[in-house]
Amino acid sequence: MELYSLTIHELQGKLRAGEVTAADILASVYQRIDQVEDKVHSYITLMKESAQAQAAAADAAIRSGDIGALTGIPIALKDIYCVQGFTTTCGSRILHNFVPPYDATVVEKLRAAGAVFTGKTNMDEFAMGSSTETSYFGVTRNPWDLTRIPGGSSGGSAAAVAADECIAALGSDTGGSIRQPAALCGIVGMKPTYGRVSRFGLVAFASSLDQIGPFTKDVEDCAILMNVIAGYDPRESTSVNLEVPDYRSFLSRGIEGLRIGIPREYYIEGIDPEILASVQQAISVLEKAGAKCVDISLPHTEYCLAVYYIVAPAEASSNLARYDGVKYGFRSQEGRDLLDMYKQSRSAGFGDEVKRRIIIGTYVLSSGYYDAYYKKASQVRALIRRDFDEAFQKCDVIATPTSPTAAFRIGEKTDDPMQMYLSDIFTISANMAGIPGISVPCGFTGDGLPIGLQFLGGHFQEGTLIQAAAAYEKAAAMGALIARHKQAKMNFL
Amino acid sequence: MKITRSEVAHVAHLARLTFREEEMEKFTSQLNDILLYMDKLNSVDTTGVEPMTHATVLHNAFREDVVKPSLANEQSLANAPDPRGEFFRVPKVIE
Repeated sequence: MELYSLTIHELQGKLRAGEVTAADILASVYQRIDQVEDKVHSYITLMKESAQAQAAAADAAIRSGDIGALTGIPIALKDIYCVQGFTTTCGSRILHNFVPPYDATVVEKLRAAGAVFTGKTNMDEFAMGSSTETSYFGVTRNPWDLTRIPGGSSGGSAAAVAADECIAALGSDTGGSIRQPAALCGIVGMKPTYGRVSRFGLVAFASSLDQIGPFTKDVEDCAILMNVIAGYDPRESTSVNLEVPDYRSFLSRGIEGLRIGIPREYYIEGIDPEILASVQQAISVLEKAGAKCVDISLPHTEYCLAVYYIVAPAEASSNLARYDGVKYGFRSQEGRDLLDMYKQSRSAGFGDEVKRRIIIGTYVLSSGYYDAYYKKASQVRALIRRDFDEAFQKCDVIATPTSPTAAFRIGEKTDDPMQMYLSDIFTISANMAGIPGISVPCGFTGDGLPIGLQFLGGHFQEGTLIQAAAAYEKAAAMGALIARHKQAKMNFL
Repeated sequence: MKITRSEVAHVAHLARLTFREEEMEKFTSQLNDILLYMDKLNSVDTTGVEPMTHATVLHNAFREDVVKPSLANEQSLANAPDPRGEFFRVPKVIE
């Protein structure tokens, strides 16, 4: 067994026992990166030298008996967090040369816990996309099938974890950008409650929806990372000052008597039949493990996508107004005067999908259309949240497919934005309502592509999600199934 | 048509973007598809529903008005495309 293929908790056991050093682990991960990165392209920037220094510091700390929650663990960061001294591009030409003078709060927290940063991962430009094809730095390929997309927008982080180019990673989720790529890459991904994790130092996309969360190889690792990144931050005024439980304490609670809501609106035509069958199989596993399934209804589900594609672009058009070629980032030399310089810099600096969303956002906020679009969408959003509040009176968690299809082919949806948007149809509602969600692997298609099962919970109920996901993972013996498929399917890497 | 070419051109100006002719064509047609999809929302009765603009109950976050360490001038200017001394330089604004 190569070190790069292990989980955080497995490596921690070896580090504590003195069987391996942090330098050994990093060398193994970099050996894997050298072997597969050409094919997968998970990373925009590799941080090998600083990672070696961090690993050496971790080994010194271990020798002196000072072991933190992530000491010596190689972790990849989506290229959307500021890391002092390393370019933070957000997948965009307009930030291609931006070197932040400070660390994001999550980066500070990982550093303080002793983590080793392998590099910055690829993503859809400004996190706008579901396939990691809109990145200025090229596409990332799904390690399960290199002709397919890894999902998005955090596709680089998901692919890096799935291909063992890191041990775990962080991503961000505005409409499904952690959960959908986690599902399509056969790993665990969690979007915490809005306000649970500080976004200070995260490049903003849609501020009422964005949230940071982990990508891991199993649920236990997800709990370990959540323990490190969750919590209040006075520098982030939307972070919530609420005690953070020990998420690991939920891992072995089991699901005897847990009420699992099955929303009828999520089991509809249009889902790939293989996905539907796999998720239904997963539900029967949950029932056998002692959970009680309850039929529920989330009546405004069909409006989620329309609400999202008004609210998110509206907020994005405002957030992205800061990119003007003056303070940082790309400036076009074509501008005749100040106004023209703004226009030329933004037009050459942003890609098509970002421009599309800025135009939609500006349009729905513009005078005469505000009430018809933005206000209406915000009202329907309130109804979507109300649906969830009512549903959680009847159940503890909700179980749904994460994505309506498995990974699609590169280029398949790039010319049809509406088709691309539909791949987030089951994940967007959680961002609308601000609730947490987790995607766990639940099987494979006949072609050997991973399928994800999504659990949604009430506000700040990440612990219950971890409880349900861990119980499912164990009851379905998912670890062994993934290992078998990986051996059969990923040997081309 | 939900949105015309000239409306797209106007919104593009507001957003400080420019498009080539053929891009304009494609964008207008794609935006029409997207805005048509949004029409779904008209079938929802939202009478008396308070718009929701944030995912959690949000209060103003106040802090004491005290000076704290912040970025030094040279750090703030380090990423600027055209810094001069202590300033960000831009193309001429007034003729």
